[in-house]
Amino acid sequence: MYTATQFTPWSALGGGMLIGLSALIMLGFNGRIAGISGIVGNLPTSRGSELAWRLSFTVGLIASAFAFLQLAPAEALTIHVEVGLPTMIVAGFLVGLGTKLGSGCTSGHGVCGIGRVSPRSMTATLTFMLVAIATVFIIRHVLGVEL
Amino acid sequence: MKILIALLGGVLFGLGLALSNMMDPAKVLNFLDFAGQWDPSLMLVMGGAIAVTLPGFYLILKRPYPLFEKKFFLPDSSAIDRNLVGGAALFGLGWAVAGLCPGPAVAGLASANGDIIAFVIAMLAGYRLMAMVQARSAA
Repeated sequence: MYTATQFTPWSALGGGMLIGLSALIMLGFNGRIAGISGIVGNLPTSRGSELAWRLSFTVGLIASAFAFLQLAPAEALTIHVEVGLPTMIVAGFLVGLGTKLGSGCTSGHGVCGIGRVSPRSMTATLTFMLVAIATVFIIRHVLGVEL
Repeated sequence: MKILIALLGGVLFGLGLALSNMMDPAKVLNFLDFAGQWDPSLMLVMGGAIAVTLPGFYLILKRPYPLFEKKFFLPDSSAIDRNLVGGAALFGLGWAVAGLCPGPAVAGLASANGDIIAFVIAMLAGYRLMAMVQARSAA
C-alpha cells in the first residue's frame, strides 16, 4: 500500500507563502530567480561570488530543514520514500537531465516563472504537471505497481 | 550582504518546504494521484507561493535594478521550443517516479536518508551531463 497522507491546507498555504517570500527577497535584493535546479545544479562549476551565493542558499536550505526535523514534532515532517534505491537513482538522473534541458523546475518555472507571468514558464509548468499526473496514473492504476 | 540574503533565502525556502511537508515524497505522489487518495496540499503550496510572487515580482520588476546588484538576472530566452517542453516532460517523469523535485530533494539531505542522497547525486550527474551535451552541440 502507498502511504496515505492528510490534506493539510493551512501548513501548505503557510509553507507556500514562505517559499514565495524567499523568491521575493532573492529577486528584490540580489536580482536572482530562486530556482533550485539552477542554483544547486550550477554549484559544481561556479567560482568566486557565484559559488558563494549559491553555496550560501544551499546551506540555508539544508540547515533550516535540519533544524525543523530536530525541533518540530515528528508527525509535522514525515519522509516516506516510496520506491527502491535503483528507481530513486534513475528518477534523480531524469530530473537532472530534464531540469537542465527545460531550464527549470517547480520553483524556477512554477513559483518564480508564473510569478513573472512568463508564457515560457507557464508552458513548462503545465507540461511537467500533466506528464507527472499521467505517469503516476499509469504506474499506480494501469500497471498497478504496488509498494 | 548578498551572501546573507542568499542564506536567508535558503532558510525561508527550507522552512517553507518543511512546514508544508513537501519534503515527503508520499505527499507529493498523492497530489499527483487524482485517481487515488488525492491530497491537494501541493496545490495550496504553489498557490500560496504564487500569491506572494505575483504581486511582489510585479512591484520589484518595476524598479530598474535590484537593491544589491546592477541588474536582474532573468532568463534570456523566451522561446517555447522542443528543449523546453522535452525537458519539462523528462523532469515530470522523474518527479512522478520518485515524488521528489530538486528543492525537497536537496532540503531532504538534512534527513541523511541514503535514498535521497543517491537521488541528489544522480540529479547532479544528469544536470552536468546535459550541460556538457548542450555545450558540445553549441560549439
